[in-house]
Amino acid sequence: MTPTLGSDAETEHGDDAEQSSRPRGDIDDAEREPQPHTIRLELADEPGQLLAALEPISENGGNLLSIFHERGNVTPRGRIPVEVDVEATPDRFESIVAALREGGVNVVQAGAEHYAEEVVVLLVGHLVDTDLSDTLRRIEENPATSVADFSLNAPEGRKDTSSARLRIATRSGETTAALALVREIAAEKELHVVEPLAGGAL
Amino acid sequence: MTAGERLAVLGAGAVGSSVVELAAEYGHEVVAFADSSSAVVDADGIDAAATLERKRAEGTVGDDDPDAALAADYDVLVEATPTTLGDAEPGFSHLETALERDRHVVLANKGPVAERYGDVRALERESAGEVRFEATVGGAIPIISTVEDLSPSHVTAARGVLNGTANFILSRMAAEGIDYEHVLAEAQDLGVAEADPTFDVEGTDAALKCVILANVLSAGEREFTLSDADVEGITNVPGSALELAAEDGRTIRLVGEATRDGIRVGPRLVPQNAALAVTGTRNIAQLETTNAGQLNLSGRGAGGPETASAVLGDVGRLD
Repeated sequence: MTPTLGSDAETEHGDDAEQSSRPRGDIDDAEREPQPHTIRLELADEPGQLLAALEPISENGGNLLSIFHERGNVTPRGRIPVEVDVEATPDRFESIVAALREGGVNVVQAGAEHYAEEVVVLLVGHLVDTDLSDTLRRIEENPATSVADFSLNAPEGRKDTSSARLRIATRSGETTAALALVREIAAEKELHVVEPLAGGAL
Repeated sequence: MTAGERLAVLGAGAVGSSVVELAAEYGHEVVAFADSSSAVVDADGIDAAATLERKRAEGTVGDDDPDAALAADYDVLVEATPTTLGDAEPGFSHLETALERDRHVVLANKGPVAERYGDVRALERESAGEVRFEATVGGAIPIISTVEDLSPSHVTAARGVLNGTANFILSRMAAEGIDYEHVLAEAQDLGVAEADPTFDVEGTDAALKCVILANVLSAGEREFTLSDADVEGITNVPGSALELAAEDGRTIRLVGEATRDGIRVGPRLVPQNAALAVTGTRNIAQLETTNAGQLNLSGRGAGGPETASAVLGDVGRLD
């Protein structure tokens, strides 16, 4: 990860190369420019399945970069994992994923590169007793946010107050919404949130 | 620079006593001085050293009734009685009496400008006297006068670490890996925290300072009181949270934010090397300005002589 000392407290670009090649805050360009995305699919081991999965990509303006077809690595449900690298603008990428799902293709994971900013927050309270996995899942379920890194510190064991550090990756311009989501979950579970300061407040 | 003002000092705590002790050094004369039960009045100037010695030895400053100081013939009333919430009494009435007599008022007491800013400004408009209150925010640090110099309309936000007790506790917890309770006990032994630390550790003190800043930034367009502030203290910050922050190059500080839209005080994540991550009892105020970028002012946010220097600075700024 980018060294964070001395940089913006709230938003840090998730991609070093991207950061150096593009001035920060240039969100409009970031929205229009094609970016590489990785899609993980699981296909039934039947003829024609792979082709059916690739069609929505070109039909929605995606540029296919590579296909990694793991025939020897069958999932417990007898499906074959496929990793597809696609270049597309963010909105086209969303159409591709939606079209794949509509066509009945099992999309396991779509485009971690999609997330442009990060925000680090601490949660304090009875984290384990308030269903920690539910807390994380609800952040993951939001299409604009993803938990990039998670660290739990529970010195007194699960029954007492513990702390967690969450590094949340968000879409460009979505850190405020991500913080609001964390606050909402925390309020419901009576957890305390230690947030960063907005903007360049250091 | 105004020379030779005659001061009446109300309140004989650390700040009031230091004002009495240092006034002569700034070219002023103390003609009246009162604590909660007694007063000394002398039109030729009180004997500062003897009065402070009497306060130490006997617990009173003189033989007069406290009201005598308020009624004395002074140019500037220095209001340094303890901050009270709600109606901000008796500080507010002291200020009212002085303004009605067309005298200036310099506040060290936060109550009147945090809880009744509109009333204070209304009384000031009707009076030939002026109200100043640099000492209410950030002790020795010239925050209010800096905002005035920049003009409030050119300051978009003020934020900072404005409570030395809370900051001492958080920085000790982070540095030594000690629990809140242990650090609090240490702070009380050192005199950094009071026996009842609620006002400091629950964020109330920092919030009052931010309310005052929000009132200054709003310049009368909107009035704020403590009830408008979103306040969370540091009592819920465990050592485990500070450890997680440190692993990531960050730390936690009790940060207050004031804008024209509101006030928020709470523990926040800041990079360890950030300007806001001051350590110990040190305070910092950070101003966001439209033409001058970000200004950081740090220094001692409390203490008798430090806060008295802000009071006497205000006396010097009076027209």
